[in-house]
Amino acid sequence: MVEFGQFLEILIGGLLSGVLYSLVALGFVLIFKASGVFNFAQGAMVLLAGLALVRSLDFLVARGIPMPVAILMGLMFAGLVMALTAWLIERFVLGPLVNQDGLTLFMSTIGATFILEGAAQMIFGSDVYPLPLFPTDAWFLFESAFPGGILVNKLDVWGGLIAAILVAGLALFFQRTKTGRALRAVADDHAAAQSVGIPISWIWFVVWLVAGLVALVAATVWGTKLGVQFSITFLALKALPVLIIGGFTSVPGAIVGGLIVGAGEKLAEAYLGPQIGGGIEYWFAYVLALAVLLVRPQGLFGERIIERI
Amino acid sequence: MIRKVLALAAAVTGVSALAQPVLAQNEQFLPALVYRTGPYAPNGIPWANGTADYWTLINERDGGINGVKIVFEECETSYATDKGVECYERLKSKGPTGAGFFAPLSTGITFALTEKVPGDKIPLLTLGYGRSDSKDGSVFPWNFIAVGSYWSAADAAIQHIAKEFGGKDKLKGKKISLVYHDSPYGKEPIPALEEMAKSYGYVFKAIPVTHPGVEQKSQWLAVRQDRPDYVILWGWGVMNSTSIKEAAAVGYPRDKIIGGWWSGAEPDVIPAGDQAIGYKALMLQHPAGRFKIHDDLEKYIISTGKSAGKDTFAHVLYNRGLINAMIGVEAIRTAQKKYGNKPLTGEQVRWGFEHLDLTADRIKELGFEGLLKPLKFTCQDHQGADEARVHQWDGKEWKIISDFYKADAEMQDRLVKASAAQYAKEKNITPRDCSKAD
Repeated sequence: MVEFGQFLEILIGGLLSGVLYSLVALGFVLIFKASGVFNFAQGAMVLLAGLALVRSLDFLVARGIPMPVAILMGLMFAGLVMALTAWLIERFVLGPLVNQDGLTLFMSTIGATFILEGAAQMIFGSDVYPLPLFPTDAWFLFESAFPGGILVNKLDVWGGLIAAILVAGLALFFQRTKTGRALRAVADDHAAAQSVGIPISWIWFVVWLVAGLVALVAATVWGTKLGVQFSITFLALKALPVLIIGGFTSVPGAIVGGLIVGAGEKLAEAYLGPQIGGGIEYWFAYVLALAVLLVRPQGLFGERIIERI
Repeated sequence: MIRKVLALAAAVTGVSALAQPVLAQNEQFLPALVYRTGPYAPNGIPWANGTADYWTLINERDGGINGVKIVFEECETSYATDKGVECYERLKSKGPTGAGFFAPLSTGITFALTEKVPGDKIPLLTLGYGRSDSKDGSVFPWNFIAVGSYWSAADAAIQHIAKEFGGKDKLKGKKISLVYHDSPYGKEPIPALEEMAKSYGYVFKAIPVTHPGVEQKSQWLAVRQDRPDYVILWGWGVMNSTSIKEAAAVGYPRDKIIGGWWSGAEPDVIPAGDQAIGYKALMLQHPAGRFKIHDDLEKYIISTGKSAGKDTFAHVLYNRGLINAMIGVEAIRTAQKKYGNKPLTGEQVRWGFEHLDLTADRIKELGFEGLLKPLKFTCQDHQGADEARVHQWDGKEWKIISDFYKADAEMQDRLVKASAAQYAKEKNITPRDCSKAD
């Protein structure tokens, strides 16, 4: 019974951690789905959004603004920063590269990553900034059935709720709005979309703005968990196997991929780690991703591309 | 077009030439391998500030080391070994006599440079980090692991835990877990902790955390399930505050966690907020706070706007940066007694390190009383001191809660001798005969 309780605890913890990875992966999916660009800068965008939020929050609270008002104003300021970032990226990085191939656009986002990381730290600082927006303590469930109960962290549950709301909102946006449908048309073919009158620069601005706002949401949860700091950019590496497993174009895929990666790596660390020296969870997620690539290269929910020759 | 490109190239070259220190013949060049960006920046910045401020103080207050001005240049490593080696290669030959010494603030970079410095004849000062076996100066003539090694630190941690339990005999059967950064740095204390587990009878478990340590849920769930009597934390950067938060999340008492001395500074506890209250960590002898040297720093550096970053002034790692810089300066001063008051080569500075004797009086004269105890290197002993204290975070500041613990010399020497002999065998090094050293 004790062993089963431990297994359940690790499994639940892993699944919820996976949802937190999905929050970052969603930003990648959005941009890939809408523009066909693999946005390497998504981790840097989470850092920038988090720093803009926490530094403005510190500034406002220090001047006696009540916390709820300061949070609202901080979120608005960070949203504006992400809008400015989206405009700058569209204007100076992607705009000049319309109709270039995917690899060129990908390389340009690598360049954007370094600029965003450097600029964010230069403007807002490179220290660790606590961001206590959500509770971080834990519930201990089923204490009568399992000694010590099953630990469930409240922050992880908040992360799950936020991810659910985001997915629902994004699904509506893509399926039910004119802009959402235009985004999908641009993703299929830049030139064809332009030829039917879709303003590609506007569409790219919108998609980068939405990805920036998703990054801001991810930053609120991860900032509460770790404090806002440079290490948040490493989450991009955590999101990559999530994308490979879930598929680069599927919003639900990002969630399912996150659940598989989270549960898989935590169970592997707990049960396989001690046999082979531990510290395996970082690369185990990539082992899972490789296994999925072997049997389903487009990911579990990705679009299968069939081309006539 | 070509003309434009050439003009741009000339402009860029001009700018970069301005950015480089202009070296005169009577200047001692000192490289500073730092990390002001990246995942470990919150810990790297105060250290870099302390080091830079002390060297600036020596120039501003004293006009240099016996009249020889210090010219230093920072190189950003981001705590990455490859970048550290790149910085080393770029800076080792700078200045009229080349780099005086290197202090990379990274065990990984130290491991890499240990292979290079004998060929380039430049000493490595590794204050409380690096290869623990480099205490043996007969095998590692170019490394100076000043003040303490990870093995002496592990010993101090076990001594403190034993004291809390009521004596070393009470350790028998107790469970002690090490949560460590999965890197050369984090693995370094394991041999000492395993050795002491055999002697004292505690049950030892090592739990690795992968770089940079942002995800530790499975490790702390393992701690929750094992329920160890004490956890030793060997983290760096974000890993430390994340460990404290995860410990709080699984309900593990923070006053049963003791960090190494690279897990006991302000950036390690402040991000964890109230959850860090009660957390303990080793001190590399010195605490945070102001001492006599800070008065001079205030007068010559802070108030004149010459500080590299006054917001970290007198923090734990700022003070450690000061000590790092001071030991290097005093080694040069010692070497000047033999070679004259002029810029010195790395080889000459190495002689200065090996003959450095910082007595209590000299430490007081330098304004470091309370920060450092006497330190003396010899040909055989490149550590010079092996004492540590413990401090505890009360939510606002670190409070010293123990006297000095002196490492068990017998255990340390046994481990050092065995490991250094193994290294010498692998690298075909014939250990120096220290009885014949000059």
